[in-house]
Amino acid sequence: MTSHANLDAYENNYNSFQRGIVMAKFNGTTGTLRFTESTDLSIPVLSILNSEGELRKGARSPVIDKDTALKIYRAMTYIRVLDERMISAQRQGRLSFYLTCAGEEAAVVGSIAGFTDRDMVMAQYREQAALRYRGFTSEQFMNQLLSNDLDLGKGRQMPVHYGSRALNYMTISSPLATQIPQAAGYAYGQKLSGNDACTVCYFGDGAASEGDFHAGLNMAAVLNCPVVFVVRNNGYAISTPSSEQFAGDGIAPRGIGYGIKTIRVDGNDILAVYAAGVAARKLAVDTSAPVMIETMSYRLGAHSTSDDPTSYRNAEEEQLWAEKDPILRMRKWLFGKGWWSDQQDHQLITNYKKEILDALKSQEKRSAPSLNGLITDVYQTPPQHLQQQYAELQQHIDKYPDHYLANPDKTNGTYQSASVQLP
Amino acid sequence: MAQINLLQAVNSALDTAMDTDDRVICLGEDIGKFGGVFRATSDLQDKYGKARCFNTPITEQGIVGFSIGLAAQGSVPVAEIQFADYIFPAFDQIVNEAAKFRYRSGDQFNCGGLTIRAPYGGGISGGLYHSQSPEAYFCHTPGLKVVIPSTAYQAKGLLLAAIRDPDPVIFFEPKAIYRAEVGEVPETDYVLPLGVAEVMTKGSDITLVGWGAQMHQLHRAAKMAAKDGISCEVIDLRTLLPWDVDTVAQSVEKTGRLIISHEAPRTGGFAGEVSATIQECCFLSLEAPILRITGMDTPFPLVFEKEYMPDYLKVYEAIKASVNF
Repeated sequence: MTSHANLDAYENNYNSFQRGIVMAKFNGTTGTLRFTESTDLSIPVLSILNSEGELRKGARSPVIDKDTALKIYRAMTYIRVLDERMISAQRQGRLSFYLTCAGEEAAVVGSIAGFTDRDMVMAQYREQAALRYRGFTSEQFMNQLLSNDLDLGKGRQMPVHYGSRALNYMTISSPLATQIPQAAGYAYGQKLSGNDACTVCYFGDGAASEGDFHAGLNMAAVLNCPVVFVVRNNGYAISTPSSEQFAGDGIAPRGIGYGIKTIRVDGNDILAVYAAGVAARKLAVDTSAPVMIETMSYRLGAHSTSDDPTSYRNAEEEQLWAEKDPILRMRKWLFGKGWWSDQQDHQLITNYKKEILDALKSQEKRSAPSLNGLITDVYQTPPQHLQQQYAELQQHIDKYPDHYLANPDKTNGTYQSASVQLP
Repeated sequence: MAQINLLQAVNSALDTAMDTDDRVICLGEDIGKFGGVFRATSDLQDKYGKARCFNTPITEQGIVGFSIGLAAQGSVPVAEIQFADYIFPAFDQIVNEAAKFRYRSGDQFNCGGLTIRAPYGGGISGGLYHSQSPEAYFCHTPGLKVVIPSTAYQAKGLLLAAIRDPDPVIFFEPKAIYRAEVGEVPETDYVLPLGVAEVMTKGSDITLVGWGAQMHQLHRAAKMAAKDGISCEVIDLRTLLPWDVDTVAQSVEKTGRLIISHEAPRTGGFAGEVSATIQECCFLSLEAPILRITGMDTPFPLVFEKEYMPDYLKVYEAIKASVNF
């Protein structure tokens, strides 16, 4: 409507808008020729805790009880321990691949804590902390990472592609941003069903460059979908710094551009993220409208175990952000509240290390999923041609049993021999 | 001549292309200073500057659309899609735009300078989104050329030919053998013709046709069959669109038997096209049904990748079945 061919038409249209005949949102006219710049829109960063874990002057803490605070802290700590253990396990050749949440634990756990367990989570791949917050067990993490017979995804996806129907956590897909328009649609369905639930959709600043991001945000806004988009602005997309990813002021202005209520928060400040999460969920459900939260943080680790960030960023930068560690900051706040102690902290970490290593040891002994998982779930029922292909495969395997299923290192064997690694 | 691997040959081709033609521009995700996730573009930014070798935002449709515009303007873009599995957001730009650019304008405009590179295929435990072989989708699109090398020597010569070809080319690189495939590659500038197959091994009893990483399985199966006294003629198509019917037909006229093999699922796969064409032109020479040894009609698996793959043992069994028909 703004791409009118001539000014007369514009004036006529504008007069129509004024009379309320055509729906449009204009803020009036001006006689001054001036281009609006991206810097004209200034979006502040909500920050509640300072680096010492104290309330900033003038900042209002969200209402949060001790149980919730400790549940959040435990989930964040658990994921940090899990990530460290799994990186080692990958280096030992026990896993093919891993990808950490390090540095973004508060952004993920703080936001998910603002939602109910009924709300659907549609995440990217770096949000395992949300899954833990919902109750995913160490055994369940291991089952997926090791592709064993108990993996809920039946050993079909690379490590960290979790999913749980029971926990309302949609199975992860590797292609970036595909979940964003899907989240809008899922939320629209939730609204129609009237089940007082919404969808929370996570993605990174790099994924926000994909076409699906734009399609999803626009549809969510136009169709009034109760979906909360949580964009983790963590500075890097594999090796590409955000300065080469976008020229504007982060992702938040795009939300506003699509007509979505948007907030930007310090992603390493658990109280700021939690406050935004609670408020965003309420807004989304009460007003049936999308909301966007941009968490400003930093990917402390490599993109994945196949990546080496030393070739594209410096140690000083990493150190700067390591000092802003969200877990450390929350711990200081908990100490200040008298809700947590050093001793409890040591005990928690010790317990988690043991729990995770025990789970790794027990779950890696399990067998691979059943071979017929090759053809199940492609369709609800395997069609005739798949059944035939499977029968032919079985006959072939029978001729060469040592070559196929007898491989003792079934789940990991092929990774070790691969001459290239995945990013 | 230097012994280099397939990945280094790709890098050498890009280096040669950029060195010999200022209009050549490399773009894609993480391809700048980092040199790409597989390092195919290593050192190119240092050598030719950020304006000619740069990172893009993560948007495949953007990368291809942008490259079409560049090509239409007269540049020679070489766009990298990080994985062939991620080419689909660009499907519209490739199928509706790049492939029809010249035709719809009555040859007033074209984007012939465009080359799209993408690593494809399984064998690295990548599961369903880091293993696919999507060549058949693009072979169904008039206006495109589709090229897949299987050796380091081919990779350099074919990529240079693709970059200099007057039509848009999709160049799929067999990532499973990026480093394992090593051979002599001239440091000098050379091209191999597009649309021409290569007879890799001469034989008389049966013809084996494939491309890319699958050639290794065919060679291995042919060696096994040789011990049984079966002589296999092994043909690498190298270009799938347009493909070299004459070379395959001449071979089948001689052997009377044909097996085509690819990693992609069977139904709608390119083996079907080869099979149909050869039975049309060689019907009276055929001694046995043409066989396809392919991936199954399922998404690409993870734990059962080895079972899914159309490996040399499956090809070997098919050779015996064909010969004993």
